[in-house]
Amino acid sequence: MLPSNRGHFFKYLEKYFMDFLIFQAPMLMVQASIDGILLGILFALIAYGMALQWGVMNIINIAQGELVIMGGYIAYFMYLSGIHPAFGVIVSPIIMYFVGVGMYKLVINKVVDRDLFISILATFGISILAQQLMNFAFGADVVVAQSNFGTTMLFDGMVTIPNAKIFSGLVCIIAAIILVIYMKKSKLGRAIRATAQNARAAKILGVNTEKVYASTFGINAALCGIAGACIAITFTLHPYTGLPYTVRSFMIVIIAGLGNLPAVAISGMGLGIFEEWADYLIGTEFRIAAVFSLLVIILVYRRFKLSKKREYLK
Amino acid sequence: MNRNTLLYASLLIFGLVGAFVFPAYKLQLSFLYILIVLAMTWDVQGGQMGYNTFGNILFFGVGMYVASSVQIAMFFSLSEWTDAGGEKTFVHTVPQFFQGFAFGILLSGIIPMLIAGIIGYGILGLRGHYFAICTLALGIAAGEIAGGVEIIGAGQGMTVPVWPKGFGSNELSSQFLYYLSFALAVITFTFLKWAYSTRFGLVLNAIRDNEDKAEAMGIYTMRYKIIGWMVSAFFVGLAGGIMGHINGYIEPTEIAFAGPTFGVFMVLMAILGGKGTLWGPLVGATIFHIFKESFWTFFLGWQYVALGVLIVVIVVYFPEGIMGWLREKYPERFGEVIDEADRKAQVTLK
Repeated sequence: MLPSNRGHFFKYLEKYFMDFLIFQAPMLMVQASIDGILLGILFALIAYGMALQWGVMNIINIAQGELVIMGGYIAYFMYLSGIHPAFGVIVSPIIMYFVGVGMYKLVINKVVDRDLFISILATFGISILAQQLMNFAFGADVVVAQSNFGTTMLFDGMVTIPNAKIFSGLVCIIAAIILVIYMKKSKLGRAIRATAQNARAAKILGVNTEKVYASTFGINAALCGIAGACIAITFTLHPYTGLPYTVRSFMIVIIAGLGNLPAVAISGMGLGIFEEWADYLIGTEFRIAAVFSLLVIILVYRRFKLSKKREYLK
Repeated sequence: MNRNTLLYASLLIFGLVGAFVFPAYKLQLSFLYILIVLAMTWDVQGGQMGYNTFGNILFFGVGMYVASSVQIAMFFSLSEWTDAGGEKTFVHTVPQFFQGFAFGILLSGIIPMLIAGIIGYGILGLRGHYFAICTLALGIAAGEIAGGVEIIGAGQGMTVPVWPKGFGSNELSSQFLYYLSFALAVITFTFLKWAYSTRFGLVLNAIRDNEDKAEAMGIYTMRYKIIGWMVSAFFVGLAGGIMGHINGYIEPTEIAFAGPTFGVFMVLMAILGGKGTLWGPLVGATIFHIFKESFWTFFLGWQYVALGVLIVVIVVYFPEGIMGWLREKYPERFGEVIDEADRKAQVTLK
């Protein structure tokens, strides 16, 4: 039964579809929303790392997702060797910091001042490389690090939240708070902010920008490491699942803007909720497709909005 | 006979007799022609227009699916075909096969072209890295969606109609596909060579150099950008349609919408050869194909590691490409007149 015109269609949609969602299956939506928020906090942390390096070094890192997965495998490796994977949130960022600095010294420092497309393509190469190396090191199986944290029940057991997700959400919030304080108070944080504002002026005033770039990239990798360790205990890891994380963080950054942490957090949670709802409504097999299509839709929407003012996304 | 005619004639003769002189490398050469088409059409955006797209793979995959689906659906039920999977319960007769083939290949060019025209207005309004990431997402989203649609086989993929029995051998089939892909490469090259010599080519270069200024000069840049993308989509779609037949099997994310392989190859080949030149993508594709095949043979299992390293090395250390390097070294051969005093001044500056 297809409704004949638009007005009818929306009435139909409202009457049956939204009615079903909000009144017939409210618990499903509560469940999806809570899951989405806890997932979104993770996305926001990864996106904040991307915004940091984008703002400071003017680089879009396609290998961001691979850094996340790499951080997750560190936690998984600890789990395999008998240590509780939750400690991964401490160990993984430390290791990932040095991975990030190494990556900067090897490749990224040669593309910092160049065209943005060069950096996109170069990091795309790194991401293919990292995927394959992880594939060799850990195998192509989907793995998960069991944390045995148990689950919390709400509303007489109608909504279940794994404690691991709550743990990972808290870890991400704490990491973000520490990062913000560090960027405001410490000497390096001030140098990073100065370089982001004007790299040349910062250089003249005695900031070692090369060192600032290296540690920015390292901090970004460390943030990815924390997020990755959280993903290892709450979701699943697979060498080839990095790219969706890159696209999600890119999406969050273009919605929220560079260096705006509250906006990053809100749009991260919004994306998380969107994904969980999409999961329930159109099916898990279209989840990744929904994320990528949403990015296209957002960009095209913003392009049309700006073109009314005769401007364009740049 | 001047040098250029000799070059074209020798390339044409190589292509025409290639299938008989190197029968063992027929498949490799057909791949090479497909890769040349991909690199040259990428260069319309990436090199000539300055719009670095990762999304041309979308048209490749759509063309591939359209060519086979049309060929099947003209005579059989598509859903029953994909349900049957590998079992060849449906067999095309000889006239059916060729009718379907012709229509399928034709539509595999036209439908991606229409898609490019429809989405072009929205997507080509983005610039710089937003365009790059948006097209990257477009290609991957298409692959993921194709992986969920049942009628074209979902994640399982679908088989392509096989060469009809009683009409030559397998040898004839591979020769047919060889000449088809060679013809496509020749047509693409000739068309683009002509297009770059017209006003169209000049407008594309003007868009690359300064789009705002081009618009201020009274050029409808959007119209040219969309036409440029439609041209690319047409040839890429045809290449996809032929590639489906060469493979004999279509799978959504690894073969049709293969972002990490063909999607990156086309960018890499054009950059390796030198983007923004007519010959660059052709040279780049040839060298890349030789490199790739030797990697794939000698470093089996490590080929993607090698690919990643290759991307980083080419992009970071060799961004102007072979043609760019040649142009810098022998500017006279490219018809550039260099003032002697100017050159001396440059030398002293260095």
